[in-house]
Amino acid sequence: MKTKILMVLLALVIVALVAVPWVASYFFIFIATEILILGLFAASFNVIFGYTGMLSFGHAAFFGIGSYATALVLIHLEWPFLACLLVSMGVSAVLALIIGFLSVRLNEVYFAMLTLAFGMMVFAIAYQWRSVTNGSDGLAGFILKDFGLGLDLTLGNPSVYYHVVLAIVGIAAVVLYIICRSSFGMVLKAIRQNPERVSFAGLNVRSYRLAAFVIGGTFAGLAGGLIAPFLRVASPELLHWSMSAEPVLMSILGGTGYFLGPFVGSALFVLLETVITSYTESWMLVLGIILALMVVFFRKGLLGTVLDWWLEIKK
Amino acid sequence: MAGIGPALLNSLDIGLLLFIIAVGLNIVFGVLNIINFAHGALYMLGAYLAFTLINLAGMPFWVALLLAPLGVAIIAVVLDRVLLRFIYSRDVADSLLLTFAILLIINESVRMIWGSGIHVVQPPDLLAGSVELLGSPVSTYSLFVIVVGLLMLAGLWYLFNRTRIGRTMRAAALDRDMAEALCINTRLVVTGVFAFGAWLAAIGGVVAAPMRALDPGMGDKIIIESFIVVVIGGLGSFPGALIGALILGFIHGFGGRYLPEVNLLLPFLGMALVLLFKPNGLMGKGAHA
Repeated sequence: MKTKILMVLLALVIVALVAVPWVASYFFIFIATEILILGLFAASFNVIFGYTGMLSFGHAAFFGIGSYATALVLIHLEWPFLACLLVSMGVSAVLALIIGFLSVRLNEVYFAMLTLAFGMMVFAIAYQWRSVTNGSDGLAGFILKDFGLGLDLTLGNPSVYYHVVLAIVGIAAVVLYIICRSSFGMVLKAIRQNPERVSFAGLNVRSYRLAAFVIGGTFAGLAGGLIAPFLRVASPELLHWSMSAEPVLMSILGGTGYFLGPFVGSALFVLLETVITSYTESWMLVLGIILALMVVFFRKGLLGTVLDWWLEIKK
Repeated sequence: MAGIGPALLNSLDIGLLLFIIAVGLNIVFGVLNIINFAHGALYMLGAYLAFTLINLAGMPFWVALLLAPLGVAIIAVVLDRVLLRFIYSRDVADSLLLTFAILLIINESVRMIWGSGIHVVQPPDLLAGSVELLGSPVSTYSLFVIVVGLLMLAGLWYLFNRTRIGRTMRAAALDRDMAEALCINTRLVVTGVFAFGAWLAAIGGVVAAPMRALDPGMGDKIIIESFIVVVIGGLGSFPGALIGALILGFIHGFGGRYLPEVNLLLPFLGMALVLLFKPNGLMGKGAHA
């Protein structure tokens, strides 16, 4: 019964998401696009943090390099958009494999610090390698010509782009969900709870951690490939550690223990930001207070807290 | 190679300033097992309080050097009692997240109170000039920073090895329950250590204020630097903090001068290299988490 209600709720949300361009103004189409892309970014991070228990502070490296990959391919090769996204995922996967290979053997704190260091190294390269990345200005002035697969889409139109993002993020979310619900995903959860036991069960914890890290990085790269045409620029800011903090915040806000938590978190994050910045410039102050309260009192995030409360009164 | 002398001196003053800041982060981690992401924000508060005391209240620099860190320590006590007490018994990730929230709160409060513009603190007249050293002019303030760094180094060594307070802190770091059984008020120690760490960060902030322009992003920069220092040296290791700070000082002092095209990359490269070969840092004793 309860799962049925939840499924209906989910279906309603999906219908509402599809309908956004027909019922809402451009402003809200932009907001919804941003929520979807950042939601995918946060969900990719949650594979590493929420499922496997590794607090990475360099996740923006994959997001940022994905955006640069798409921008560079669009500028120099003018490939269809879908091909750009695949390149973004490939580049991020390779980078995640390298950084992950070197980082996953370290414990919690050192892992966080090493991923931070690698993330900032990528940032520093993007910032100082001007001939390729155009330095602090970033890469702009690229145009989306066609989508690929013979589809005739005007990607320059925000509502068309929104639907493309919705479709891609939807597919990516389903793939991630299948991965997380598979036996592989169960092992990841077990690693978060007790790596020693998983190791005693004969599984190689390190390679599972690495696999989770690469999967997370790859999908962050996809999110990055989607954000570049949305922002119309790929800039070093997308690689900075403060960008790495965003999926952390979104996951915590929504709930790290739930697959949809990061998406709820990104919606909450972007909507709160939009509402609060229309009243006051101190959005970060409010965010800080909310985050502090969440960490101290509502460790399960908004989704987890609401679900718990709802299941409790329905009993 | 006429540039080596100044680069060396520059490395030392950056390194010793970083030591003052990073050692506070390290002590807090060593005793409380929390990573204080807000440490850089406390450093910034020290600098801004000093700015207010000197430029708006007209106090001498030396009085600000005494009062501003005390003010920051009091703020730290409030933070400890209101927020941090909930998460001391949880895992390290929670402390990272909560102190990150505190960082956001402090950063934004500074922006609200002092604005996002740049503020400048003049060094006191006594330290404003330069002196001749080995044939080249050296800013007196650089020498002052080096002296303060060495004094703090000696003071901390004395505190931890020769005084009862230092031994109490070390006891609480090693075994909280045993310390409790020996009638040590660990709750007080925890608050005291957190406030002490904040005090050190703020000393760093006041000392740095006349060298660097004050802006609301200054704490974010220094926290990353401090992380690099303690990770290179080894979390929780006192000599490690010194070694890490000096290494990073040299990376900045020489890297900025001789390799400007990759200078942003160098600190992170150094940190990554150390962790790859010594996963617990140069002086780290072993896994904590």
